[in-house]
Amino acid sequence: MKPGASRAVACLWGAILLPALGGCDGGGGTAPVTLRFWAMGREGEVVQELVRGFEAEQPGVRVLVQQIPWTAAHEKLLTAHVGRSTPDLAQLGNTWIAEFVALQALQPLDGLLARSAALDSTAFFAGIWDTNRIDGAVFGVPWYVDTRVLFYRRDILAQAGYDSMPSTWSAWRAAMVATKQVVGRNRFVVFLPINEWLPVALLGLQCGSPLLAEGATRGAFSQPAFRRAFAFYVDLFRSGLAPPVTNVEIANLYQEFERGYFSMYITGPWNLGEFRRRLPPAAQGTWATAPLPGPEGPGVSFAGGSSLVLFRNSRQHDAAWKLVEFLSRHEQQLRFYQLTGNLPARVDAWGDTALAADRELRAFGAQLRHVVPTPKIPEWELIATRLQERAELAVRGGVPADSVLALLDGDVDRLLEKRRWLLERRRLAAGVQGGSR
Amino acid sequence: MSTALQRQQARVGWAFVSPAVLLIGVFFFVPVLAGLLLSLTDFDLYALGTPEVVRFVGLHNYGATLAGQAFWNALRNTLYFAFAGGPLLVLVSLGAALLLHAKLVRGRTFFRTVYFAPVVTTLVAVAIVWRYLYHPRYGLLNLVLGWFGLGPVDWLGDPHWSMPGIIFLSVWKNFGYNMLIFIAGLQNIPEERYEAAAIDGAGAWQRFWHVTVPGLAPISLFVGVTAMINAFQIFTEPYVMTQGGPLRSTTSLVLLMYEEGFRWWRMGAAAAIAFLLFLVTLAWTLVQLRLQRSKG
Repeated sequence: MKPGASRAVACLWGAILLPALGGCDGGGGTAPVTLRFWAMGREGEVVQELVRGFEAEQPGVRVLVQQIPWTAAHEKLLTAHVGRSTPDLAQLGNTWIAEFVALQALQPLDGLLARSAALDSTAFFAGIWDTNRIDGAVFGVPWYVDTRVLFYRRDILAQAGYDSMPSTWSAWRAAMVATKQVVGRNRFVVFLPINEWLPVALLGLQCGSPLLAEGATRGAFSQPAFRRAFAFYVDLFRSGLAPPVTNVEIANLYQEFERGYFSMYITGPWNLGEFRRRLPPAAQGTWATAPLPGPEGPGVSFAGGSSLVLFRNSRQHDAAWKLVEFLSRHEQQLRFYQLTGNLPARVDAWGDTALAADRELRAFGAQLRHVVPTPKIPEWELIATRLQERAELAVRGGVPADSVLALLDGDVDRLLEKRRWLLERRRLAAGVQGGSR
Repeated sequence: MSTALQRQQARVGWAFVSPAVLLIGVFFFVPVLAGLLLSLTDFDLYALGTPEVVRFVGLHNYGATLAGQAFWNALRNTLYFAFAGGPLLVLVSLGAALLLHAKLVRGRTFFRTVYFAPVVTTLVAVAIVWRYLYHPRYGLLNLVLGWFGLGPVDWLGDPHWSMPGIIFLSVWKNFGYNMLIFIAGLQNIPEERYEAAAIDGAGAWQRFWHVTVPGLAPISLFVGVTAMINAFQIFTEPYVMTQGGPLRSTTSLVLLMYEEGFRWWRMGAAAAIAFLLFLVTLAWTLVQLRLQRSKG
């Protein structure tokens, strides 16, 4: 080899190796701490601005925010875990927490919480806080919250003789029947997209169904509580109160709502902005929001939102926890609400004028006091898609409700076979340990 | 009766092919074997956290996959795509090749490049443009249909039109590649045969049917088989355009496999689907070879 060539090769190797060595240096010593923080979608964009305040308070800490699109977030986090390249902390949809706990990817926070003077679990909505607790341990701190309420056409309901949304199922159904009289044969009252599992799951939760039974190892869909909810759900379609369509078949939701094709729709906080933006000015006074009715009075809704979690692989738990404390402060929560429209997880933030003055937001504030999580197991999302497919079978396929629910329980029992085996194994292992003691 | 020389030659021969054999072994046979073993286990999310909870389940994944409707739905969609999109792709490629081979056409190199361009562009980028073309209200395609008093069609939102929408995109994206192969095949047919046929009084159609088609037979077999194999592996188009919807009408086998594997992280089930897809593809390829042979 010519001397020139060998030098070129040495340079090449140097170029490959040096960044790696540099990376090693950054980890320890006196160099400032760098926190890697993954956040999704718009939140990831906005939080870059919030963390500057944190860096100003903590001179030794630098925060690198990586923005991840929501559509790719789940896969990206999973592959990061497999590739041992998880960040120090991340925003995580709270329905994903159980899954990442099963992967042993997340750091339990109970120790940090007990020592923390700045963060107190009672400052948050109880139902939301509970979504972060898996098998007794806390794995996340709520960052913002999400739940579902009823968006409805005030003007159409007034024509049907209702000044406000009733709070019990029987009165709600009576209001729907009266509304149907007003809108006529070709229009409907409530839109429950049959390609979504949430509406039917919500009705089940409202009846007190746990959705899954025996420590979330079997389906509870054939039990009386869910049967009652399912009968109510299917009847809405059979009676012509709900159109048996998917949200894909409704080409433009906002247009159809404005035309009165349906007058009620169960949806989340992001649609407050969308309804304000997309409905024409003339239609702005015609709609309102209300907490969900329940079987015997105000009903529960879904405890959703995003939490901040720490990863087990990180070596900077203390610095990451400081950032969690910072983002959970009253004023940061408000700032975050103003920047993104995401609802604050702290109860006291809702006393602020910005939130209290918004009439349509009040339904969310009231609803958030009555929220329950969906089952906190990794298999839930897969079970939920089965729930949707089976419910569609009853609504569109005309299969009797009882046989659909029996089929669904069969599906779910099969999906949870591994979980039952794991729990049995853990129980046996605990038994052996107990015996040898 | 191997002499020293022969043994020597054999050693040299092995030495020459060893890099290729090693590469194929490491990057093909080992992963395939690993995949096969994976398909006999219940490797899932839990196993990712604690590897010792993987269980050997025999053929359970295959049985469960075949018993569920998701697999058959995906198989139906894949066959729809393959048997509608595959032949269409071959016909469009052949048509384009014939046009560009015709002596009357000017600027052949230019058109060849233009038609080949979609093959080398990134589908993810192209998909954005196509989503506009397919847009139910502002889409160019619906505008054109409107001139004929047809439509509007919700290409990607209507379960009946979503698969044709995916097929058109896929044909547009891929026909340039097969077109080039067909052009090479056309150039290999000796000019004298056309002249002889013309002297014998054959018309344009007869010349095509009796000279061009037999002349292209080996090339057509290659194009047909590869087009069908590729069609069975359809993934990117539905993944970027519809994510398998609406109502799972564009969920192909590979997309289903991807969902099982990387969405639900049920690797065992995903590997079983992969092997079932392999069997389906293999079966069809054998049928195609048999058909071609009986024709020849």
